[in-house]
Amino acid sequence: MSSVIFFIAATGVITGAIGVVLLRNPFYAVLALVVHLISLAVLFLLLRSEFVAAVQVVVYAGAVMVLYVSVAAYIGDDGETIGARLHAGPFAAFGPSGNALRLGGALLGGALLVELLIALLGTGLKAVDSFGAPYAPGPKTYGTPAYIGNLLLTRFLLVFEVASFLLLVAAVGGVVLARRRGGLGEDDPDEGRLTPVDVLMPRSTGTMAEGVGSRMP
Amino acid sequence: MSIAWYLSVSAIVFALGAVGVMTRRNPLVVLLCLELMLNGGNLALIAFARMWGNGDGQILAVIVMTVAACEVCIGLGMIVAIYRRRLPIDVDELRELQG
Repeated sequence: MSSVIFFIAATGVITGAIGVVLLRNPFYAVLALVVHLISLAVLFLLLRSEFVAAVQVVVYAGAVMVLYVSVAAYIGDDGETIGARLHAGPFAAFGPSGNALRLGGALLGGALLVELLIALLGTGLKAVDSFGAPYAPGPKTYGTPAYIGNLLLTRFLLVFEVASFLLLVAAVGGVVLARRRGGLGEDDPDEGRLTPVDVLMPRSTGTMAEGVGSRMP
Repeated sequence: MSIAWYLSVSAIVFALGAVGVMTRRNPLVVLLCLELMLNGGNLALIAFARMWGNGDGQILAVIVMTVAACEVCIGLGMIVAIYRRRLPIDVDELRELQG
């Protein structure tokens, strides 16, 4: 039974990955990545990593993919530029030098795959051919949220805190990068309008609203 | 299924992601292919964790997901900034780093 589920999920994983690489429309590529991620969560469940599978579906296929979809919708058709339109054709997504690039990329990818397979399967580790360590089901055994939480808050506490700080820094950096600069707001009719917030709060006080550019002078 | 099957799938996904990073020109799709490579690594980590019956690999996979979320945040912020400046959204045409 687990073999059948494995092959179905692995087919989904690889099909989704091929879709991400080959589909021309970025929006469809994002949707292919969602298929890939959900199939990957099934593989994680087969490997008895319940918590990681849940995180994969909730965080990746949920939150991160919403970010991708919103940016793909925001950018819209301009994702393909003039150069791509000039060379419009079945392989236009691969660029002006499409054939050479495609061939070189496929060759390098094939070489990388062979090398990885040699490294992973030719290790001489006998356990690679096994079904994994002995496993006893239970509420606090391997892979459950209780097990992962216990590890995260005891042995890996420092890693956990550093990762949370990294997330904070990345969130601030994302806001700073994507904010509106002065002089580019001509497409926004609300740009010069005075709102009650402008009266109540002075400018350049470093508020979040200024960070996202809604109150730039 | 033995662990070797999972490792093969992870190697295939990693190689596909690498091909995408090398050949695609839309930075959004390049980021998606980077996600594919990270997911290939994650699958290998989880498979090795299952092989040893040890949770450290799963913790590392969760941390990799965190770092991937940070990378997506910064990368998408950069793409939005590029779009706001009316620059071409194309990694081949964005050769210069100067503002």
